[in-house]
Amino acid sequence: MNKIREPVWRFLLPSFLFVGVFSLYPIFESFRLSLYRMILTLPWLGQKFVGLENYSDLVTDPVALRSFGTSLLFVAVTTPVEVLLGLGMALALNETFRGRGWLRAVVLIPWAVPTVVTSQMWRFIFNDRYGVFNYLLFGDATQLYWAPLAEPGLALMAIMVADIWKTSAFAALIILAGLQGIPGELYEAAGIDGAGAWQKFRHITWPLIRPALLLALLFRTIDALKVFDLVFVMTQGGPADATNVLQFYGYKKSFAEGMIGYGSAIAVAVFLVSLALALVYIRVLGTGLLRKERAA
Amino acid sequence: MKRIAFALAVAAIGAWSLLPFLWFVSTSLKSATEIDAIPPVFWPSFQWDHYRAALTEHGLLRYIGNSVIVAGATTVLSLAIAALAAFALARFKLRWARFYLMLLLALSMFPQIAVAGPIWRLLNFLDWLNTYQGIVAAYIALSLPFAVWVLATFFQELPYDVEEAALIDGCSRWQALRLVVLPLAAPGLFTAAILVFIQAWNEFFFALIILTYPARQTLPVGIALFPGEYTMPWGEIAAASTIATLPLVALTLIFQRRIVQGLSAGAVKG
Repeated sequence: MNKIREPVWRFLLPSFLFVGVFSLYPIFESFRLSLYRMILTLPWLGQKFVGLENYSDLVTDPVALRSFGTSLLFVAVTTPVEVLLGLGMALALNETFRGRGWLRAVVLIPWAVPTVVTSQMWRFIFNDRYGVFNYLLFGDATQLYWAPLAEPGLALMAIMVADIWKTSAFAALIILAGLQGIPGELYEAAGIDGAGAWQKFRHITWPLIRPALLLALLFRTIDALKVFDLVFVMTQGGPADATNVLQFYGYKKSFAEGMIGYGSAIAVAVFLVSLALALVYIRVLGTGLLRKERAA
Repeated sequence: MKRIAFALAVAAIGAWSLLPFLWFVSTSLKSATEIDAIPPVFWPSFQWDHYRAALTEHGLLRYIGNSVIVAGATTVLSLAIAALAAFALARFKLRWARFYLMLLLALSMFPQIAVAGPIWRLLNFLDWLNTYQGIVAAYIALSLPFAVWVLATFFQELPYDVEEAALIDGCSRWQALRLVVLPLAAPGLFTAAILVFIQAWNEFFFALIILTYPARQTLPVGIALFPGEYTMPWGEIAAASTIATLPLVALTLIFQRRIVQGLSAGAVKG
């Protein structure tokens, strides 16, 4: 195939450069820094090698452990809801009806809205004095109004709602692509055999879109673990650390408090959790790719 | 009965997707008393004061300018670099092409916090904090995995015969890429460009840590750090948000087919 010998590296070099300098090197550097004690507000301490001390601090830091739990809870609630809502949207978009193009466009709008805007928008909706959320719940009885973003039990839920609003469309698109790959003859044949709508869904649609559902779930899981913008704008990790997710805690330690070593240990911990998920994902996807290659 | 239920479901999906944002757009056009009125005022009195205030008092124009420069430069450079790499990965028989693609895929999943500290230190060392080149370099690295995957997928689907004929006629690989592959892959390039642009336009975390001077900040940072002393200036925030979002909504509505295609190419195939 490659009859003319031209150095491949010329084509790949620019991408290697950026990936190496701005992705790979920083990851290794985070690992290295996590073994040091370095606090920008205490510069006279210098950069002192402390081995795994940051990590032993991390597993005994109650705020970090709670932050880990908050992140897991966030992922565990939002991703299934997003995939189920996405499935509903995809099933509707897969039907032929008047206004289908419109619905597809409308569904994409939350995806296109910047996350920072999404955050301010829901913050306004959840306002404690004149938010429309309170009005829908309590009407004119303003003395009953909640302050969702100031109550530990509600703040995380409010952020979950904003995340679900913003990202369900993405799940819907992945699932829709899966739905469109199902040949129509299958449904016709099932119809001739007398299958009802539920049976068609149960025995044709469900098994055939399971890979797409799994993909959407994995994508959303990896993304939900990185949630930051919503927390930064809506609650700043509060109230009382109730929404202090991992990426926000790492940001606070590294950038607000200047604890470079400890912040890096948090970064590495988040990285390892994501890596584990990424490996699962690549395994699932990798086998899909292999199958495609064999078929081709 | 079934049709009514379906129509209701469609209406519910539409309302859930559209109403919260429309509510915020409506807020941007309300007077101060309408904004915190109970019961809420749904139809605004179309006051443009918040837009004027956001543009003149809060420096919205500067944020828009910075966002256009940063997202635009990121899109052009990232696509150029990704096109070169994707061409090599799709057309040269490389034993480690698969490994490189998987590495990119893995990198695209890592949380930004895992690289943020060292990137900050690196840019600080280069004296590139609060510069366009600093944020654009970070964004290129952020968008490359996705751009390479989408373009490699598009390139792979192009027929090879035209390119082969060009090579037999004495074209170099570089000429084949420039004269044959890129024109044929223009739709794919365009799709990738829209998606990279949207990502760069919306990015907040790197912008927050790299751009600390208001003169260099992009729209998301401006909107997130909107100053409010005693009460939140919701009208101005909503106006700035609307301005930041409208170009994206327009892009999405005009190119929805391409975006859906590109996202599912990037997701399902990579």
